[in-house]
Amino acid sequence: MAGQIFAYIGYKDGVPDDSALELVAAAKKIADAPVNALVVGSGVDAVCSEVASSYQEVWKIDSDALAYPNAEMIRKALLNILPQDCILLVPHDTFGMDLAPGLSIKLDSAFVPDAVDFEGLDGDTLKVVRQEYGGAVSTHVNCDISAGAVINVRPGAFQADESKAAGGSVVDKSGDAGDMSAGRRYLEIVEAEVGDVDITKEDVLVSIGRGIEDEDNLEIADDLAEAMGAVVSCSRPIVDAKWLEKSRQVGTSGQTVKPKVYLACGISGSFQHLGGLKGNPFVVAINKNPKAPIFQVADVGIEADILDFLPELTDAINEQ
Amino acid sequence: MEILVCVKRVPDTAENEIEVNSDGTDIERDDLVYSVNEWDNYAVEEAIQIKDNVGGSVTVVSVGDEESEEVVRREMAMGADNGILLSDDAFEGSDGKGIATLLKAAVEKGKYDLILTGAQADDGAAQVGGMLAAMLDLPYASLVNKVEMVDDKKIKVGREIEGGNQEMNEIDLPCVLSIQTGINEPRYVGIRGIRKVASVEIPVHGAGDLGVGADAVGAAGAKVKCLDYYVPELGEGAEMLEGSTDEIVEKLIELLKAKGGLK
Ligand SMILES: Cc1cc2nc3c(=O)[nH]c(=O)nc-3n(C[C@H](O)[C@H](O)[C@H](O)COP(=O)(O)OP(=O)(O)OC[C@H]3O[C@@H](n4cnc5c(N)ncnc54)[C@H](O)[C@@H]3O)c2cc1C
Ligand SMILES: Nc1ncnc2c1ncn2[C@@H]1O[C@H](COP(=O)(O)O)[C@@H](O)[C@H]1O
Repeated sequence: MAGQIFAYIGYKDGVPDDSALELVAAAKKIADAPVNALVVGSGVDAVCSEVASSYQEVWKIDSDALAYPNAEMIRKALLNILPQDCILLVPHDTFGMDLAPGLSIKLDSAFVPDAVDFEGLDGDTLKVVRQEYGGAVSTHVNCDISAGAVINVRPGAFQADESKAAGGSVVDKSGDAGDMSAGRRYLEIVEAEVGDVDITKEDVLVSIGRGIEDEDNLEIADDLAEAMGAVVSCSRPIVDAKWLEKSRQVGTSGQTVKPKVYLACGISGSFQHLGGLKGNPFVVAINKNPKAPIFQVADVGIEADILDFLPELTDAINEQ
Repeated sequence: MEILVCVKRVPDTAENEIEVNSDGTDIERDDLVYSVNEWDNYAVEEAIQIKDNVGGSVTVVSVGDEESEEVVRREMAMGADNGILLSDDAFEGSDGKGIATLLKAAVEKGKYDLILTGAQADDGAAQVGGMLAAMLDLPYASLVNKVEMVDDKKIKVGREIEGGNQEMNEIDLPCVLSIQTGINEPRYVGIRGIRKVASVEIPVHGAGDLGVGADAVGAAGAKVKCLDYYVPELGEGAEMLEGSTDEIVEKLIELLKAKGGLK
């Protein structure tokens, strides 16, 4: 059997991320074995006690030098405390992407990015489910964990394990962290700009994606939103192209919205986009590809070209 | 500034419907339109802008079959000075670590101040940049959406983090950065640009040239192996509205009214 399982705990302002308990569930799908948590940072006692009941042991590294989570420094510290053959689960978020691939190289262990499920361990072979091409297809991958593994787990892919059945103790590993000098130094956070509308407060969003094809076509979405009394939001490529302001972007690197009704128009439904859609809204997807992943999560789907369909819908609403 | 940019040839998801092939071993590759990975295009644009700003050169490198030459050439048409193709039957089946191992060998054949990758490619892995940096023992920043020159020892980079906030860092050169979309507006490449580089020689390096052992890369060196492709059985999925456009519009308006979607 492979090494001990660890889960890296992400947190913000002293509160563990949702992924903290999702990783408990993920670990249980790998093996029926005790799981340890890693909590790294400065002043982390609150986080440790919050997750202690869910993990066998909580290993903490508490250091003033880690007031901001610098992945290179944390990598060095983890190399000094982790058993080399361990299986380490890390949330596949902006920190996990920064830390985990390089850590796997230094541990000389296997790396699996963005895992969404585990389908059992057979000897030293772990069967992992991933998605490719923005969720259009799924794939099984076999991972050789004989020399350990670092696995990035997609936030939200596992149902949080709330059983709190482990009753763990906190083990202070700060003394073993060693030298944490780094070639990259944190300076500051620049907050995202506030835009002209606050899409997080809107009940009805007409959201457009790359399917809108051209900046001139934005008018179609504006007209529909006006007819519906809604506001226009969008997926990331629309912001990358500078067609709409960043403040209108829905997703993990944009806004988290909680509308009652969400019209996804020409949006494929990537997990980063859907990660910003909360509160269980009524989702209508309009897409010309009947296999678009968005149809898996939408309540109602329409297979249509939005450039034709949206104006029809606008006209019909205006006629009422 | 001598800059190396890693670029991958991928199926263009905006142009294709990605489907699983008949025996589930791969996606259906017949009739696929390929292009350069979206993120890599931003990385090349950033490299060209840095070069235009402070001087130096831009080299693009790709690991792939001979078809990958076309994306190397395209990025040269954009303004990269040199292109390198890493291609060998022994590279087939490489996992992320295998690709990073090959790119490392390419980096070590040159002398670069800055190495750029895309934040992620078509399989959404977001792994090669971080692995490459660790193998080279260079500082690394992922999801970079801003690069500012400071001096010849260091630069300032912004990383995109949750909620669209930006984490500013100072990072020592040489370093590896993975570039996030939106950092710039990649320039358009016209037919004339492509023609200008049509006959440029693009060197191809195999395992021997790079000095990498055949067991370190390819399927032989891979700890992570893809078994099959499939489309998962869905739970409920969306209720698809059928009928003429008028009928669909009518049904949708009823639903929107019921759910509070019309004011
Ligand atoms: C770290 C990171 C963070 C990210 N954060 C975000 C984020 O916050 N928000 C976000 O949205 N993305 C984010 N992304 C990008 C994300 O991975 C996807 O690339 C993006 O969501 C795709 O946007 P899209 O659905 O509009 O485009 P695509 O995936 O290209 O989909 C376009 C869809 O439109 C359909 N279509 C095309 N033409 C028409 C037409 N005429 N009529 C009807 N349908 C049509 C196509 O069938 C397709 O399904 C992030 C990526 C990374 C790596
Ligand atoms: N075959 C390849 N050839 C060159 N660069 C690659 C290759 N695969 C991945 N990369 C680089 O690594 C980045 C991240 O890819 P990935 O880790 O596969 O998601 C890409 O944007 C490229 O810059």
